[in-house]
Amino acid sequence: MHKTLSASVVQKYTAPRVAHRDPWMVQWGLTLVAVSTIVILIVVPVVNVFYQAFADGWGVYWKNLVGNKDTLHAILLTLTVAPVAVAANIVFGVAAAWTIARFHFRGRSILTALIDLPFSVSPVVAGLMLVLLFGMQGYFGPWLREHGIKIIFSTPGLILATSFVTLPFVARELIPVMEAIGSEEEVAAISLGANGWQMFWRVTVPNIKWGLLYGVILCNARAMGEFGAVYVVSGHIAGRTDTMPLRVEKLFQEYNNAGSFAVASLLTLLALVTLVVKVFLERKTRLEMAEAAKLNAPSGELS
Amino acid sequence: MLYLSFLAFIPLLACFSKAFSLSPAQFWAAVWTPRTIAAYRFTFTVSILSSLASIVLGFMIAWVLVRYEFPLKRIFDALIDLPFALPTAVAGLVYSGLYVENGWLGQFLVPLGIKGAYSMFAVVLVLTFLGIPFVVRTLQPVLESMEDDKEEAAYLLGASRGQTFWRVIFPTLVPAMITGFALSLARGLGEYGSVVFVSGNMPFKTEIAPVLIVARLEQFAYAEATAIAVVLLVISFAMLVVINLLERWSKRFYA
Repeated sequence: MHKTLSASVVQKYTAPRVAHRDPWMVQWGLTLVAVSTIVILIVVPVVNVFYQAFADGWGVYWKNLVGNKDTLHAILLTLTVAPVAVAANIVFGVAAAWTIARFHFRGRSILTALIDLPFSVSPVVAGLMLVLLFGMQGYFGPWLREHGIKIIFSTPGLILATSFVTLPFVARELIPVMEAIGSEEEVAAISLGANGWQMFWRVTVPNIKWGLLYGVILCNARAMGEFGAVYVVSGHIAGRTDTMPLRVEKLFQEYNNAGSFAVASLLTLLALVTLVVKVFLERKTRLEMAEAAKLNAPSGELS
Repeated sequence: MLYLSFLAFIPLLACFSKAFSLSPAQFWAAVWTPRTIAAYRFTFTVSILSSLASIVLGFMIAWVLVRYEFPLKRIFDALIDLPFALPTAVAGLVYSGLYVENGWLGQFLVPLGIKGAYSMFAVVLVLTFLGIPFVVRTLQPVLESMEDDKEEAAYLLGASRGQTFWRVIFPTLVPAMITGFALSLARGLGEYGSVVFVSGNMPFKTEIAPVLIVARLEQFAYAEATAIAVVLLVISFAMLVVINLLERWSKRFYA
């Protein structure tokens, strides 16, 4: 009796296993195709960047980066433009995510759609829009020239273009996090006598910090690597308005392959670091959101 | 809110108003020349082809990552996001070097008659590289949340594995596939940085619309450049709206 029971149990638990197992040929074939796709499309190019950059040895590599005045300037310029653009988008992203997650108002869905707009506009078109507004013949052009402000073909233009293209990242990451956390803790802080500022820094920021960091990392990677929009507004003045990606292109056009790959290798390194941080943060936010969900849903368990 | 309208809304308006400062005849002359038509056609052909390739390859990758175990799986999983993080100029630079006659991959492909540099295939290849993560990352959560019981029911009712896949699993993936397709298509239509490197930018053959815009800009023909930009904007918005409707319809139909 006992024996037949356990046999039926075994049958019950093994039959469904077969149900979603693919034949081993399919498993092997698919895995092979998937892995070779990743290797050919992603791994080989990355290895190739470093191989080409170091093809002539460390000395040449170093000279290509630091010895070339324009390249050095491009690196410094990218290191100023990207942080400013990221900072602007942090302020905007937190404010927008707050508004969208906390309040239900008319036009909320339009606001959400507008945040995504830069994803669907070609970066070149984005740069063009800025030229139309702030360029010499643009709508604000004459006024700007009178006041001696230069936006297009100088650093402010680069910052504006980069901010536009990276606009969605922080906000998009924060909206789901804020919605998952809910507003109970903030309401509690207010009712215990905290003012708005205290509530924001002591309650909201600690709650969203991992999600925020995640958005910032993605935003930064895009900001440093942006090409199309920046290409249009920069004017490619070597040593003045060339960012790192633009420098890559210019060196490539000048048939300076080693120099071009040297700059590219720095950008690739940045991408790899971004990936590592991203994996780490993803684990953090997932834990945090799961915790928040647990905290927010105890009513069902308690009753 | 102010920031958003300053950065997103006003520029968009400026773009349209500039384009409509041209008379209809001028607008038409800027937008509809043999060279621009060839560029639109090329842009849309390569975007659609590469999005289709992304769907097929991305689906296989997502399936393998969710369902099977193999060594270094986590690293491969993380690498999927690389095209998001890698500057497109770098992608273009490497791809242009890999597939030329003496490049790492070109040395095997060029003798076979496959030209992976300065050709349409080159552009499709690099756009597929950019598009795959969109597909994988939209399909993965759907595959993960799929309940085992449906497949078990299909099995117990006597369906073969192939039938189960096409009749049970595949339909639930359709909405996510359309989303992934739309995302990679939008990316492909607007892409500039990488394509400039790999396409060779030959007018009438491998010239994309954004390159044409930049070319007009460098001649300081702002109005013409804007006119082409508006056409590109309108077409890509229209396509996204159609895909959005398709997505809704497929959700209702399959879910």
